[in-house]
Amino acid sequence: MRILGLSAYYHDSAACLVEDGRIVAAAQEERFTRKKHDSSFPINAARYCLAEIDAGVGTLDYVAFYDKPLLKFERLFETYLDYAPCGLRSYLMAMPLWIRDRLWIRDHIQKELGFTGRVLFGDHHESHAASAFYPSPYEEAAILTMDGVGEWATSSVGFGRGSQIELFKETRFPHSIGLLYSAFTYFCGFKVNSGEYKLMGLAPYGQPKFVSLIKEHLIRICDDGSLWLNMEYFDFAHGLTMTGAAFEKLFGGPARPSETNLTQREMDLARSIQDVTEEIVIKMARHAKSLTGAKYACMAGGVALNCVANGKLLRERIFEDIWIQPAAGDAGGALGVALSIYHRYLGKERVSAEKSGLWISMAQTTPAPYSDGMKGAFLGPRYSSEQIASWLTNEKIPFRTLPYLGLPAQIADFLADGKIVGLLQGRMEFGPRALGGRSILGDARSPTMQSVMNLKIKFRESFRPFAPVVIREHVHEWFEFDGDSPYMLLTADVARHHRREMTPEEKALWGIEMLNVPRSTIPAVTHVDYSARIQTVRREANPLYYDILAAFNNKTGCPVVVNTSFNVRGEPIVCTPIDAYLCFRRTAMDVLVLENHILLRDDQPPLQDDEDWRAQYPLD
Amino acid sequence: MSRLSVFSELWEFLKYRKKYWLLPIIFVLVLLGLLIVVAENSVVAPFIYTLF
Repeated sequence: MRILGLSAYYHDSAACLVEDGRIVAAAQEERFTRKKHDSSFPINAARYCLAEIDAGVGTLDYVAFYDKPLLKFERLFETYLDYAPCGLRSYLMAMPLWIRDRLWIRDHIQKELGFTGRVLFGDHHESHAASAFYPSPYEEAAILTMDGVGEWATSSVGFGRGSQIELFKETRFPHSIGLLYSAFTYFCGFKVNSGEYKLMGLAPYGQPKFVSLIKEHLIRICDDGSLWLNMEYFDFAHGLTMTGAAFEKLFGGPARPSETNLTQREMDLARSIQDVTEEIVIKMARHAKSLTGAKYACMAGGVALNCVANGKLLRERIFEDIWIQPAAGDAGGALGVALSIYHRYLGKERVSAEKSGLWISMAQTTPAPYSDGMKGAFLGPRYSSEQIASWLTNEKIPFRTLPYLGLPAQIADFLADGKIVGLLQGRMEFGPRALGGRSILGDARSPTMQSVMNLKIKFRESFRPFAPVVIREHVHEWFEFDGDSPYMLLTADVARHHRREMTPEEKALWGIEMLNVPRSTIPAVTHVDYSARIQTVRREANPLYYDILAAFNNKTGCPVVVNTSFNVRGEPIVCTPIDAYLCFRRTAMDVLVLENHILLRDDQPPLQDDEDWRAQYPLD
Repeated sequence: MSRLSVFSELWEFLKYRKKYWLLPIIFVLVLLGLLIVVAENSVVAPFIYTLF
């Protein structure tokens, strides 16, 4: 039984192939077209998924789309009617898109793929819920989904058991936690749908000065985590911006133009909306706990990528454990709808890792066995050592090849020498995080690593923090956390004994001035509030990645390394060795590792790169 | 699959949702939308594309 799930037309198009209930391949279209958050029909991703198992379109039993266009169409019309005539400009932009594309999705799917079988449509939040529950380790769990908006729902609460999912509560458009967060993202000068994580990273520089103002004027939060937005302050339901004049007046001036200097106001706004978001998430989780009595919870939807809120939720101990879908945004909807068709529509059995004994709650044993249905999120294309060697040779690119056994120690030596290493190995990750398949690595102990990586490698804003990857067995020695975080979706504080005591002068610093003060023995990954967005690695999930960390630990006594995505600002994460080589040559990266082939910056001939490559990637 | 099937699906949808009152409004607004499509050459990507 083969089902191809698709998400498309809004943001982060993706395809996912499910065979007999197992996820065999998944990829985002942006990785192939090199357009970040590409929303076009995921034809390249779909072709890749089929090629992964050498199958043709004719072997597919179903193709499934991740949301229901007619329900969305209904929401649009009712919203335009509610706000008429104010929504005219929005209507004038939306209608051509619908008339040209979105009404004919079934037709498009069949034509683009050459598929003649049945095309099914899943509900947007049910797709998210399925992407959260089915691949999770749990036999039964509460389900929380939160995003901007799907058809009507903006968040939902439900319960999953075995192969069944039921969603029984939802908050509806325009009252949306995701759109609230996006409104502040927009107001602080970042791009909607891509800058939200920057706002989250900015929050620790600020104070929660605006929380009371937000609660007084913008939002009513109910005890069950549902919310009501005062639409006098927001324009998104009918306009082409997120916030309006009333919002500007409330916060003392217009929105920050993008790429201008950040002020303390933006930092305080970021911190305030982060606090409000955490309150909503925690209330919603408490409500889900009271409704379901479940020991565990799983989450998806764009808001579930807010790892600071996730970390806080875990520490609240409302649930014994939480699992978050690594592709929590719309790309994951492709995966969710395919699994939903298999288990819910076709009634096929699901065997959870918990039931089969491959996952045991941390509360029962430590360290507990860990397994889930995502294969570490390594669901994308792989390029073999032979393919890469052949390409490098043809292109006359200088490289040397090491046996895989000697590779970890060599990479650890590079890292310990302060070199920045690009790593492409194994299958590409599915979802927004690089997890060791397409990563840039650096020494977390270096006090200059954060600024060097931000300004010379990633070409991005200096305030943005980097995340650590740590060997699972050692995570509790370095962070106030002892569990699995394989998808980098949880934050925890750096362990107290690794923190550095601040001098009185340093303590007096505020805002962006806090940035350049080393706060721990791993300053490159310690944010200004001592938090870190942790990725833990087990050897069975990614042997080479684990061995690099182990070799670095043997050499330096530190099992923590900086891991950031292999791309520059505005560029999708690299997919092929060619993408990786170009990124390596265009930045100040010192070493590139392509499977077991090593390329040194100093050995490379001048790059014949006539085009203005930065213009290819609009700033995100 | 003929594109006309979308209209029968829309009709089924409105019947199921008991929202017959939307039909004339959708008809007029889609007609207007068609005029816009005919009148322009390219679709400008909207700012908040997630919403519609």
